[in-house]
Amino acid sequence: MESVLKISNLNLFYNNVQALYNIDMDIKMNHVTAFIGPSGCGKSTLLRCLNRMNDLIENCRIEGSIQLDGAEIYDKNQDVVSLRTRVGMVFQKPNPFPKTIYENVAYGLRCQGINDKKILDEVVEKSLRKAALWEEVKDRLGQNALRLSGGQQQRLCIARAIAMEPEVILMDEPTSALDPIATAKIEELIQDLKAEYTIVIVTHSMQQAARISDETAFFLMGELIEMNTTKKLFQLPNDKRTEDYITGRFG
Amino acid sequence: MNIKKEKNLRRAFFFIALSTLSVLAIITLFIFFEGIPLINKVGVFKFLFGMKWAPSQGLYGIFPMIIGTLSVTLGAALIGVPVALCVSIFLTEFAPKQIRMFMRSTIQLLAGIPSVVYGFWGLTFIVPFIRDYLGGPGLSILAGSLILAIMILPTIISISEVSLLALPGLYKQGSLALGATHWQTIWRVLIPAAKSGIMAAIILGIGRAIGETMAVIMVLGNAVALPNSILDPARTLTTNIGIEMGYASGDHQQALFATGIVLLVMIMILNSAAQYIVRKK
Ligand SMILES: Nc1ncnc2c1ncn2[C@@H]1O[C@H](COP(=O)(O)OP(=O)(O)OP(=O)(O)O)[C@@H](O)[C@H]1O
Ligand SMILES: [Mg+2]
Repeated sequence: MESVLKISNLNLFYNNVQALYNIDMDIKMNHVTAFIGPSGCGKSTLLRCLNRMNDLIENCRIEGSIQLDGAEIYDKNQDVVSLRTRVGMVFQKPNPFPKTIYENVAYGLRCQGINDKKILDEVVEKSLRKAALWEEVKDRLGQNALRLSGGQQQRLCIARAIAMEPEVILMDEPTSALDPIATAKIEELIQDLKAEYTIVIVTHSMQQAARISDETAFFLMGELIEMNTTKKLFQLPNDKRTEDYITGRFG
Repeated sequence: MNIKKEKNLRRAFFFIALSTLSVLAIITLFIFFEGIPLINKVGVFKFLFGMKWAPSQGLYGIFPMIIGTLSVTLGAALIGVPVALCVSIFLTEFAPKQIRMFMRSTIQLLAGIPSVVYGFWGLTFIVPFIRDYLGGPGLSILAGSLILAIMILPTIISISEVSLLALPGLYKQGSLALGATHWQTIWRVLIPAAKSGIMAAIILGIGRAIGETMAVIMVLGNAVALPNSILDPARTLTTNIGIEMGYASGDHQQALFATGIVLLVMIMILNSAAQYIVRKK
């Protein structure tokens, strides 16, 4: 199986306090990879490395290598903007812009200089359909996105990311602010999306990881303890610490 | 014992608040009582749109001063607003922490300088500069606009800075994560999202410009005539009162109060616009 992202020997420091230790990991194409582990173990930190959102954090230092399709993303010549169009992100808290539904989805394309109405109309509809939101909003695309429900807002954020046709979509606890029904919708959506996209998702819910992911990585205090197919990791973990965590004995 | 003390204290505060309010109300009423009869006597239309202000001949037309106020204020806004917005964006998005702190205290200092000092500075530097390099008497709408533009900077900068800082960080992150550049994020997400706060800042700044008197008296030239260009002198509503109140009596004095009514109404409209915009958000 081909890997899209290849992380090797990654170390990360916040103000010289190390938050990630020697991470080595391959993220496979058209798979859903889940990051699990107790709070503060570095899941979000690693996720933010993958689209270089850590660049925004002052005093964050990164060593090691991350390759996207074989090209180093921390290379000096790497254009961060184009990287982020290829690696999209969905945040823990739904964060649509205070704009219309249509403009939220069209935003990324407009920033690329695409303003052709025909193209935008097409992409907006296609993305909203893929995010399973089209039927709910097709008659009110001009409405302010902040008036949608939390679950709808999160699907809008997914649509917004999809509109860029990224290769990878990063999701940091995308359902933690949602009720069970909205969560189920998003989980179903993730299953559909993996046919076209590679998905990396951080989750605190072991059940969620088990339900939706193909591969699971377990982190503890900045270290990658174990990564395996989800089935294997949950049924027959190699490491005692993984077993303790998934059986709820600590964390 | 304690409860009784608290009750009395509350009464005292209520009384102070009430008396402040009633002083304001009394002043407003007084202005109206003094001004309205003259407006009636002259006629609203002739008062507002009359071209000639000659108290000795009983002519009270304030149109040139309305134009004076509007043009100086507009000029101040055209110069001051873009500068203030650039500064507040710089402060919130680009400035390193130390520079931000330094600039913030400088701007607060700017707000604390008495207006007569601004006027004096304008008279010694801006007025001669305009006279020598652009022509005209130097005392001019341009000079007034420049001085007012500087004077309204602190208001606009600090209020728009606050509204930019109040935006959730997730807007910025969301935009950057979609491959927008920092500038695109500022223009397309942050500024529109802070729009109502920024508009309120601009309106309050303009209100300040309309009300300013001392600095304007010193650099505007104060001629009561319709200006033809920004290099011409002019008189504003506030300076009209400021200049003539020392010796006005009778109808003349009432006409100055009537000028005050027009000012009051203008500022009230502006303030309610600002409040409406903020609340609409
Ligand atoms: N901006 C930052 N500056 C300094 N330290 C940080 C920063 N962000 C995270 N950290 C530290 O890095 C470590 C990993 O944090 P991270 O947010 O990646 O954990 P997490 O696994 O996502 O936790 P959670 O499950 O609670 O979201 C923590 O010890 C945290 O305190
Ligand atoms: Mg996290």
